[in-house]
Amino acid sequence: MASGQNPLADTGAAPSLRRAARRETLVRTALLGATLISGLAICAILGFLLYFSLPLVFQGQAGEILAWRWRPFQGDFGILPMVVGSLLLAFSALFLAYPVGVGLCGFAFSQQHHPWGRLVLAVVRLMTGVPTVVYGFVSVFLLVPLVRTWFEQGTGFCWLTAGLTLSILILPTIVLLIWSQLEQTTPETRLAAIALGFTPSQEVLWVHFPQASRGLAAAAVLGFGRAVGDTLVALMVAGNAPQISTSPLDALRTLTAHIALVLATDSTSLAYGSVFASGLILFATAAAVNLALRRLKAPPP
Amino acid sequence: MARFLSASVLIMLMAVLALSAAPPTRAQEAPLTGFNNLEGNIDIAGGTAHIPVMKDAAAAVMKANPKVRITVAGGGSGVGVQKVGEGLVDIGNTGRALTPQEVEKFGLKSFPFAIDGVAVAVHPGNPVGNLSPQQVQEIFAGKITDWKAVGGKEAPINLFSRDEASGTREVFWEKCLKKGPVLEKANIVASNGAMKMAVAQDPNAIGYLGIGHVDKTVRAVKLDGVEPTQENAKSGKYPVVRQLYMNTKGEPKPLVKAFIDFILSPAGGQIIQKHGYILLK
Repeated sequence: MASGQNPLADTGAAPSLRRAARRETLVRTALLGATLISGLAICAILGFLLYFSLPLVFQGQAGEILAWRWRPFQGDFGILPMVVGSLLLAFSALFLAYPVGVGLCGFAFSQQHHPWGRLVLAVVRLMTGVPTVVYGFVSVFLLVPLVRTWFEQGTGFCWLTAGLTLSILILPTIVLLIWSQLEQTTPETRLAAIALGFTPSQEVLWVHFPQASRGLAAAAVLGFGRAVGDTLVALMVAGNAPQISTSPLDALRTLTAHIALVLATDSTSLAYGSVFASGLILFATAAAVNLALRRLKAPPP
Repeated sequence: MARFLSASVLIMLMAVLALSAAPPTRAQEAPLTGFNNLEGNIDIAGGTAHIPVMKDAAAAVMKANPKVRITVAGGGSGVGVQKVGEGLVDIGNTGRALTPQEVEKFGLKSFPFAIDGVAVAVHPGNPVGNLSPQQVQEIFAGKITDWKAVGGKEAPINLFSRDEASGTREVFWEKCLKKGPVLEKANIVASNGAMKMAVAQDPNAIGYLGIGHVDKTVRAVKLDGVEPTQENAKSGKYPVVRQLYMNTKGEPKPLVKAFIDFILSPAGGQIIQKHGYILLK
């Protein structure tokens, strides 16, 4: 992504310096405008969620929504099974994808002048461009029947299938974030490592990874955020049963899938209210993930 | 990376183009004389089962009458009643008859236009071809968990149900399950299409879907010996059916009346049948 040009680079003569300065203010104003608009949008989303969720609290329905059973037609509107579902799925996807991501990144980095290393990186970059729905669709036709026939239990639409699919989805996020950190190692450090007689794999393991420790942590946080926020994979392959899964072959429902499934219901029911509570929980999760990232990216004290 | 992104955007664009290139509806050739000299907007919202029919009809009307604008939104039957009752839309669709309270409160007028039946579906390889409503209720409640108990081979029954907002679920739950419980571990799918796909793949599955969606990839189970066909749904022999309604607040204004008449005309009937629903007549 090195396409950004310095606006002052091509200004030769003195009069054009003024033009460059004017352009600078223009760009700055435009960027400030864009920032304000996105900031306002975020505030509006939070305000909207609060506006619709707060009545639940004041009418004493928050307790009904923060409960363990979701049986809307028997009057139970608890979304806690979905909170558990979101966490289980996101953590398991991260658990599967993270070691693979770190390994792939280490391999690609140590072999970056070798065709195999370049191929791995190219494939991972290609994966970022694949729409989520494609993963979901392929998973429904490929992974779901495999899981069903291998384990001979359940429908195949389950925690395991969704976790595997989601781990592939978040893999590029993890790899590319670590990669960007590894690339920041100074040439001097690399030369020193080579001069000390490190092999490429030793160099990655003992020099680059320790240097990129913040990046490694940030990759885990961002991967988790991506996994929690994804809707389509969970909706398509997790089975969406509003229960607490005890086995990887049980179906589960995430908060995101819950919103997608319930949004079209009658707007006066508590089921509809649960959508906004779910949204608020997801918003808080996203905020927590971002705070964690900021903390990780801040320079060491 | 930018190149890969643009490549995927291109693929998505191609997909969109391929979708929009689907063959146009026949109804465009039908006479649309009711709209002569009329212009203005019609806003429609409510039941999601209605949407394909409404959209096709709206497209046909707007093509023949460029001065008429029609918007179609979903929301579900409850939303349909509220929006038309508050005067926010001209037509509020419901997949159920209005309650007397709703009619009285808002002064609504109903126009039924189609019948939608819901069939119990299993994998085509499943030997079970007939179930009693009682058996279906016990299966969905989790009391019967093995196919052997209802005359199939020994295998666990995999339950598939629909989301909370589904009109198909509502009919099935009321007319077949008699508002009985559905086991929480049942898989939930988000559309009739997804239901068909799930049941077609899983040899041990049981689910339910609109009769119009049934094809060779799934086996529609008889209820007490009655085949879930359009004919049986129409004659009343097959019980798990509902009517689809358009509702207006009081008498519809001329433009809205013209649209309702178009839906009820033979040309509208073609659109209704194309989407798998059954005509009232």
